[in-house]
Amino acid sequence: MNLTLRVWRQSGPSAPGKMVTYRVEEVSPDMSFLEMLDVLNERLILSGDDPVAFDHDCREGICGMCGMVINGVAHGEQRATTTCQLHMRHFEDGATITIEPWRAAPFPVVKDLVVDRSAFDRIIQAGGFVSVPAGSAPDAHSIPVRKEDADDAFDAATCIGCGACVAACPNGSASLFTAAKITHLSLLPQGQPERLTRAKAMVDQMDAEGFGGCTNTGECTAVCPKGIPLDTIAQMNSDYLKAN
Amino acid sequence: MKYTEGPEIQDTKAPSGPIEDRWEKRKFGAKLVNPANKRKLNVIVVGTGLAGGSAAATLGELGYNVKSFCYQDTPRRAHSIAAQGGINAAKNYRGDGDSIYRLFYDTVKGGDFRARESNVYRLAQVSVNIIDQAVAQGVPFAREYGGLLDTRSFGGAQVSRTFYARGQTGQQLLLGAYQALERQIAAGTVEMFTRHEMLDLIVADGRARGIIVRDMVTGEIERHVADAVVLASGGYGNVFFLSTNAKGCNTTAIWRAHERGAYFANPCYTQIHPTCIPVSGEYQSKLTLMSESLRNDGRVWVPKVAGDSRPAGEIPEADRDYYLERIYPAFGNLVPRDIASRAAKNVCDEGRGVGPGGLGVYLDFADAINRLGREAVEKKYGNLFEMYERITGENPYETPMRIYPAVHYTMGGLWVDYDLQSTIPGLFVIGEANFSDHGANRLGASALMQGLADGYFVLPTTLGDYLAAGPFGEVSDEAVAEAEIKVRTRIDRLMAVNGTRTPDSFHRELGKLMWDYCGMERTEESLRKALERIPELREEFWRDVKVSGTAEELNQVLEKAGRVADFFDLAELMCLDALIRTESCGGHFRAESQDAEGEALRDDEHFAHVSAWEFSGDGPVLHKESLEYEYVKMTQRSYK
Repeated sequence: MNLTLRVWRQSGPSAPGKMVTYRVEEVSPDMSFLEMLDVLNERLILSGDDPVAFDHDCREGICGMCGMVINGVAHGEQRATTTCQLHMRHFEDGATITIEPWRAAPFPVVKDLVVDRSAFDRIIQAGGFVSVPAGSAPDAHSIPVRKEDADDAFDAATCIGCGACVAACPNGSASLFTAAKITHLSLLPQGQPERLTRAKAMVDQMDAEGFGGCTNTGECTAVCPKGIPLDTIAQMNSDYLKAN
Repeated sequence: MKYTEGPEIQDTKAPSGPIEDRWEKRKFGAKLVNPANKRKLNVIVVGTGLAGGSAAATLGELGYNVKSFCYQDTPRRAHSIAAQGGINAAKNYRGDGDSIYRLFYDTVKGGDFRARESNVYRLAQVSVNIIDQAVAQGVPFAREYGGLLDTRSFGGAQVSRTFYARGQTGQQLLLGAYQALERQIAAGTVEMFTRHEMLDLIVADGRARGIIVRDMVTGEIERHVADAVVLASGGYGNVFFLSTNAKGCNTTAIWRAHERGAYFANPCYTQIHPTCIPVSGEYQSKLTLMSESLRNDGRVWVPKVAGDSRPAGEIPEADRDYYLERIYPAFGNLVPRDIASRAAKNVCDEGRGVGPGGLGVYLDFADAINRLGREAVEKKYGNLFEMYERITGENPYETPMRIYPAVHYTMGGLWVDYDLQSTIPGLFVIGEANFSDHGANRLGASALMQGLADGYFVLPTTLGDYLAAGPFGEVSDEAVAEAEIKVRTRIDRLMAVNGTRTPDSFHRELGKLMWDYCGMERTEESLRKALERIPELREEFWRDVKVSGTAEELNQVLEKAGRVADFFDLAELMCLDALIRTESCGGHFRAESQDAEGEALRDDEHFAHVSAWEFSGDGPVLHKESLEYEYVKMTQRSYK
């Protein structure tokens, strides 16, 4: 396959950015999207150009580090798939592919396609945990959990913190990310003592970081590589209202 | 490569007496630090995986002043997150005959009698507390309809002791540790440094006193001093370029500590995981594991006859060889990883491999789907099947998966005593970065167990014993400046070469060489070839590598180049270690040492020891730590 890439290049947080066009040839359909970018970067390095900076690590869809807007869609058009798991067999030979970073004010660009997502950590810091110091836990079987609750909690807990939900949202809202953690812990008996204070603190922190509000457009769940359900946001709102 | 032999090394911290009392004895003997003093003591933790994340959080909870470092953009990304299958614990919730002693026994045997009994027993004891801790944190483990925890079986065990959260156990446990860590960051006990890479260890007056790091965004070189340093920087499987490790996993932190005096133990013990998705082309950047839990229900087979090119579905039962079930009837598809990997290599070497290049075997779920129904299989393994389909474009519900072994884990690492302290006082090493608990082969679902045992329970006790003598006062400016200059000089050197090859191209070549000569099967000839070729390639690297950009910005090429440079040095030591260990044991298979049936043949008379390597400018110095087995009788492993 031969492709034309239009890639967002920006040398630093305060530098102006622009789209730059590259040709990439002899791409195998079995390559992952990031392997295709590796090919481009190897060439750029040798020609003395700056390779395209992008975040990535596990390359198996679970660490949440990679993420780019591909042809206008966070992680590309393939559903429930991170950028690293997207394979070139889903693109046409001769296609032009536009690649941009996550765009949201609370996610400033660090370089090229790399953005700063530390706001997510601060939302977790506000209350996304159960306060249980090591060594203080009772026997695991002392608290049975309904299988349905455990399964639903798991579904919410699979969030990888990639930030695609924010990038896709017209309001730049982090509601799906925040709600996923609130829902995970709200559904379990272990999460009950801090349930309402957690919801309030996390939502307040999300607002303080400058993320927008949720207007139920559902773009977030559509691009979420783990398919976090939209109704987690209802759970978050419910807990938040009770807390106030 | 020249080496010399130095005096034997001993684990002076391991208590004596009945094995079940040793950890209790050590805990009671360990000095305590009073709460008011804890906040005057500074601890650096490098790495935020299961070991580092849980350690930093727990040390913060105890009241120490902690600085935590990771190279990723947030501590939640560490590669523990990719562990799929589960975590072992001797809970015996099933009443199927499990016990702490049995987990201990299975682990010592699984490690092919190359691990320390005291350490492994402690690991089995602590395993039960880990499950309690994780459940209390809200880790959503799989449950049965009665509300109790579900378990499954894993390789090398005949009981069902593996707790799991679908195929994402590592993710859920890591997020539990990450959340505990974020809680401490909010509480102010832990200061977090993301996108920072450790490039050297500061040693002053014989103690580890800090680290030199590079801020990967600005390129700034920073000094951080402390009363103790904990390395939890993971394994070195990426020396093979292609592995199931994350792209960023590297050996730099432990290698630089090794250069500063920490012994490196058993570098040749690497684990090749039997169930990975086969390589699809030259451009391949990493390999993806398919959880070992799949071997609970999947059946491994190849055609009986070499060169049978029919599609899997057209090969009748009579023409299939379910070789693991045939050779190992007692354990069948659940033999330990090293055995399953080598068996796959053997059938492929016979020309019976499947898929492109003949480097693959089938993992077939047809029987499981017939027996349990598609829905039940989907519930258990749904996300793994999806992952497989995403990567290969093939549907495993309809055609069998193709799998092949890949480098997955490194049992070797920095030498530590029972307290997890290296040969440099004040330098502690936990998780995959140390060598201590898995011997020559790690059993499935034991890495999560070890990482969390070290971080939540063992280190917080033993580190306190060391810190009770602190604080250790000002760090001499000389020692700090020396380390910083060394780091700067090395970066300048890398930037100055301006050659014609990328760091990745060197890494690929080194990896290929290691896979061919120091991979699943090693021979004296192959290892000698590697030892000849590695220095040549390293020389070429330092003469011809090309690093673009500058050192004062986010520069992923520079990061890569620094890591590859360390992989060269490590690769050489691995091959040397593999060369002089002329026996086969666990993941280390020397073709010269096998029995009549092709199984690994240990040489307990000459090799029942840990090989701990000391760094020296004149070539490495070997120190042996002899291994004694008081409880588990050394036998030839048999899974037949």
